[in-house]
Amino acid sequence: MTPIAAPHVEYALIAPLLIVTAGAVLATLAEALLPRRGRFGVQAGLAFLTVLVALADTVSVYQSLAPIPGTSGGPGGRGQISTEGALAVDGPGVLTWGMLLVFALLSLALFAERRLEGGLSAFTGRAADAPGSPGEAEARAAGLEHTEVFPLALFAVLGMMVFATANDLLTMFVALEVMSLPLYVLCGLARRRRMLSQEAAMKYFLLGAFSSAFFAYGIALSYGFAGGVRHVDIARAVALRTDGGNLLLGAIALMAVGLLFKVGAVPFHSWTPDVYQGAPTPVTAFMAAGTKAAAMMALMRVMFVSFGGAAIDWRPMVFAVAVVTMVLGSLVAIAQTDIKRMLGYSSVAHAGFLLLGVGATFAAAGQITSISSIVFYLFVYGVATIGAFAIVTMVRGSAETGGEATHLSHWAGLGKVSPALAGAFALFLLSFAGLPLTSGFIGKWGIFAAAMSGGFWPLVVLGVVVSAIAAYFYVRVIVVMFFTEPVGDGPDVAVPGALTTVVIATAAIVTLALGIVPGPALDLAQHAGLFVQ
Amino acid sequence: MMLSTLILTPLVGAVIVGMLPRTSTTGAKVVAIGFSLATLAASLVMLSDYEPGAAGFQFAEQHTWIKPFGAYYAVGVDGIGVTLILLTTVLTPIVLLAAWYDNLPDGRGVGGYLAWMLALEGLAVGVFAATDAFLFYVFFEATLIPIYFLLGSYGSGSRTYAAIKFLIYNLVGGLLMLASVVGLYVVTSQAGEASYLLSDLADLDLGTNVERLLFLGFMAAFAIKAPLWPLHTWLPDAAASATPSTAVLMVSVIDKVGTFGMLRWGLGLFPDAAEWATPAVIALAVISIVYGALLAIGQDDVRRLIAFTSVSHFGFIVLGLFALTSTSTGGATLYMFNHGLSTAALFLVTGMLIARHGSASIASFGGVQKVAPVLSGLLLVAGLSSLSLPGLAPFVSEFMVLVGTFSRYPVAAIIAVSGIVLAALYILVMYQRTMTGPLREDNAHITDLRTIEVAALAPAIVLIVGLGFFPQPLLKVINPAVDATLAHVGAADPAPQSPPGLSAGETHAAPGEGGHE
Repeated sequence: MTPIAAPHVEYALIAPLLIVTAGAVLATLAEALLPRRGRFGVQAGLAFLTVLVALADTVSVYQSLAPIPGTSGGPGGRGQISTEGALAVDGPGVLTWGMLLVFALLSLALFAERRLEGGLSAFTGRAADAPGSPGEAEARAAGLEHTEVFPLALFAVLGMMVFATANDLLTMFVALEVMSLPLYVLCGLARRRRMLSQEAAMKYFLLGAFSSAFFAYGIALSYGFAGGVRHVDIARAVALRTDGGNLLLGAIALMAVGLLFKVGAVPFHSWTPDVYQGAPTPVTAFMAAGTKAAAMMALMRVMFVSFGGAAIDWRPMVFAVAVVTMVLGSLVAIAQTDIKRMLGYSSVAHAGFLLLGVGATFAAAGQITSISSIVFYLFVYGVATIGAFAIVTMVRGSAETGGEATHLSHWAGLGKVSPALAGAFALFLLSFAGLPLTSGFIGKWGIFAAAMSGGFWPLVVLGVVVSAIAAYFYVRVIVVMFFTEPVGDGPDVAVPGALTTVVIATAAIVTLALGIVPGPALDLAQHAGLFVQ
Repeated sequence: MMLSTLILTPLVGAVIVGMLPRTSTTGAKVVAIGFSLATLAASLVMLSDYEPGAAGFQFAEQHTWIKPFGAYYAVGVDGIGVTLILLTTVLTPIVLLAAWYDNLPDGRGVGGYLAWMLALEGLAVGVFAATDAFLFYVFFEATLIPIYFLLGSYGSGSRTYAAIKFLIYNLVGGLLMLASVVGLYVVTSQAGEASYLLSDLADLDLGTNVERLLFLGFMAAFAIKAPLWPLHTWLPDAAASATPSTAVLMVSVIDKVGTFGMLRWGLGLFPDAAEWATPAVIALAVISIVYGALLAIGQDDVRRLIAFTSVSHFGFIVLGLFALTSTSTGGATLYMFNHGLSTAALFLVTGMLIARHGSASIASFGGVQKVAPVLSGLLLVAGLSSLSLPGLAPFVSEFMVLVGTFSRYPVAAIIAVSGIVLAALYILVMYQRTMTGPLREDNAHITDLRTIEVAALAPAIVLIVGLGFFPQPLLKVINPAVDATLAHVGAADPAPQSPPGLSAGETHAAPGEGGHE
């Protein structure tokens, strides 16, 4: 009888995950043990500290990754499979950790901003009160705040990080749920327009649960096909398959549904505008940047590593979804009058561009690869998105409502009221539109280069045409801000606290800097190499 | 460093002018004009150091920019680039001075207005100087932003509509070009190391289909920019909503990027594809010449009229470029410069007229000559230059285009000549209806030009007359570069059909004008 071997865990490699876990657990304890007064400061500080330490450790983990030479002159990778095959700590994965932690840092700053709501955070005082009830007013008067948002956010970050590096489908599924459940709760916690917020949370939860079921079904079919749930098992089975493999096609399709839902691709996008609009804006920012990045990386890992041998089967599907997503996202965005919904549809359109890169699956030495171009695109899109939503939190309606003025007409004349803020927003919009000298242009260039290197030039032409359509609605917002005369005194711009100011400034600087000197960041993305198997 | 200085000086000026307090309007104007004059001075220094005969690009600089893309900060000029940079640096002080009395929409500071114009100057110099396709693309697209704000924030009438239309049209073209720019990356990186340098790209061996597709992407952008029928419809709207100074920068300078791009990037990178497309381009150019002229006759808004004359003139330029004879292509390059001057004069004089009267409708004027003789005289000179009166600069270039084109495409040249006849019609009818005849009562308040306005117009008029009589200095700069481009394309001038016995040199020399050594 052999003794049971203890699992071998590379603690140093997965330390960033452990740090975030510890931070989240500590925060939960703090929530239970600390008195209400002063809890906000402790929670915010703990969350910042956790993310900062994890980020620092991620940098050192990245540097410690061992390079793996590429086969037959192709690009190599770095890193290794760890934790008994549960996690793939590789170049793109660790880079995604860093990216997610940066997003978390910026978003947490928005979570912790209390100046915009007169000393309270953007979250409801007591979620259990019915909207409009006396209890709600009481909670507000008492200055109650839900400090649980910080541990929830940390758990969501943990889920995202594991999701992006999961090396087997079960870990991936667990990570998906760890990521999603806190987000469902966070979406429903808005301080204002609570009905909308709760509706968004409900919608997100139901549809999310539905898509998780698809994903789980896909895992089951994969297991049936391959006899294992690890990427490497499935890849081997795909390589050795002899028949057409209806089981395999079913598995690919069902898993794609689950992942494309999180990415926000058509036809699984219908939650995006509603949730973006209803969720508290800091949460929207966090979700738009983080969920998209994590889900995109997970989608690529599944498609490239597990189903890489069946690319010829799934590529038409991915391209079809990419085209429909780009076109529909851009066209429907034109009709939006709510700035948060518009950004929601814009995120749908961006998902389409990203999928173009996924379908390209091109990898040759020294060239821009799908992975590096998508990593870069996700980062610049995420930073600009958080910056844009940070500005949304600052543009406020008239005194009696006091909430965010998200209707486009309220933004008329913002350029006159606050040129700096409107200028920063215009910068983010131009970056979304992909104009040169912004980071969005470099990102788009990378995706197009990857797609064209794969020989898919008609899709690139379609992509540029759609970019022009998309540019129209971004430009329309600039028109409203700068060329339209304000109604009355124009929009009120709340005086931001230092945190929001720092977030907007950082996002603007990154957007501009990566548009002008993207070389180092691109090198980093290139350097990360491919996924390890 | 010469070219970088020329790019940076106006950009720095733009930042400084943009940051001046809103109250100091005169200060902003003086500082802006100062920076534009400094740029002009620097460009004149460059011109004096430029050696027309030397091969290749001069004042070249090259630094690695985005290594993974193979993109370089690489600038340099040949005779064509020098000419167009000179056009930019000459026109900018003129339009800044002419903008002295511009009425901006309520609440718009003059500082921002002038800052955008200076920024546009810097970016325009960058477009003409770039010798790296990626850098060229970035400058090319970046020029959209200043014009967009100049139209949308500071224009009149339906300025928002015009600004969006301008941006979307040009963005579509630019994005199609982006697809080709990405394609160039793929081709070079598959051939070895990725590089966007003009010198590397020009030697590329492209497959026929690849070359044609890439050419079409570039050409789409240039044909919208230059504007060629049927992609021109944004121009009249934009010109009618722009301030006169914006219109000048847009039509005289930035639209030249289209024709310049056809010559340097279209013909330079894809000679075979360009040859393949020549019949279609020539046909579109001829249509533009006639269509633009015909529509100009029918316009009531002076600014739209000038916009349509430009469509016609751009037709001439494109015709000359693609006829690929040394006379026509050299003439077309000269025409880019001359058209810039004459259109600038025309837009500015009519702009001053419109500002005085508050209406741009030709029908609302009559007999203005009696109250504003100087204005009327300058309008006449500008108009005559636009219709290519001999003795004024555009005549030389238009003549060279027609002569050169005739030797290869006689039918196209003959049809194009009708553009000259129509030009006389639209200019003279406009002049007659606005300036001559009995003075309309509601025109009596129109005052004559002020000193600053005359000072702004004078340099343009002097250049138009001077280059009309003596174009050689510019041709000496232009011709070697044009010959080098044609040699690269592999186009030889058609053999002269003259009796044997005459030496080739004698038959070739077009009397007085386009003489090549």
